[in-house]
Amino acid sequence: MNITLNNRPQFFEEESLTIAEILKLKKFSFKMLVIKVNGKLIKKNECATQEVVDGDDVQIIHLISGG
Amino acid sequence: MNFKQIKEKLKDKTVGIAGCGGLGSNCAVALARVGVGKLIIADFDVIEENNLNRQYYFYNQIGRKKVDCLSENIQLINPGTEVEVHDIKLDAISIVEIYQNSDVIVEAFDKAEMKQTIVETASKYLPKTPLVLGLGMAGWGESNSIHCRQADNLFICGDEVREISEDLPPLAPRVGIVAHMQANTVLEILLNEL
Repeated sequence: MNITLNNRPQFFEEESLTIAEILKLKKFSFKMLVIKVNGKLIKKNECATQEVVDGDDVQIIHLISGG
Repeated sequence: MNFKQIKEKLKDKTVGIAGCGGLGSNCAVALARVGVGKLIIADFDVIEENNLNRQYYFYNQIGRKKVDCLSENIQLINPGTEVEVHDIKLDAISIVEIYQNSDVIVEAFDKAEMKQTIVETASKYLPKTPLVLGLGMAGWGESNSIHCRQADNLFICGDEVREISEDLPPLAPRVGIVAHMQANTVLEILLNEL
């Protein structure tokens, strides 16, 4: 599938993946994350079940201390 | 658009600034200079000497409330900008109460937990209000890793990587770049009506 991940095109062999699988594949390791799929906020406990399919717009935002 | 037209367009706009540290103080001053009509600022903290390595305050203001001093500093630069001051530790409820009528909100917290609170709160209760985040600005150098990108109502400014630590403190130049990038993004939103 082809998706948009953080404003960039991203290809995965799989036809669909859960958010949890994408986090693992892309090695997102920060603890504080905000995740949106097609503009909808995904809660932490939904990451294992929220499916991402071809054409989806996925935002994975690291919240980093400092300001 | 010439500067007169820019000021005319900005004078009726309200920008909410959540936090008055390195990001908030510098961003607020930049927006006041160009003529944003109203700024809503909120913070609970007092100025400490070690804040002066990046925050828009002066040595003789140490020990005083950040919101009071930022308001005074803005008035010295542009008395035409109205400043609404909230001496408060923001949470989800007060974020909505204080910032619901802002044209744009600037996230200017230091702690990741508060950044998460405002992103989740704004996405849920203020989904149409643009929220400009500052993410990743610790240390020095690597200016070119700092960028801006949009995700729905979120505008992310920063390198999105560098977290502050003992050996990677926040310092005026890099914090200033991100604070001004946030101000620049606010202008882009207000002037281009994104």
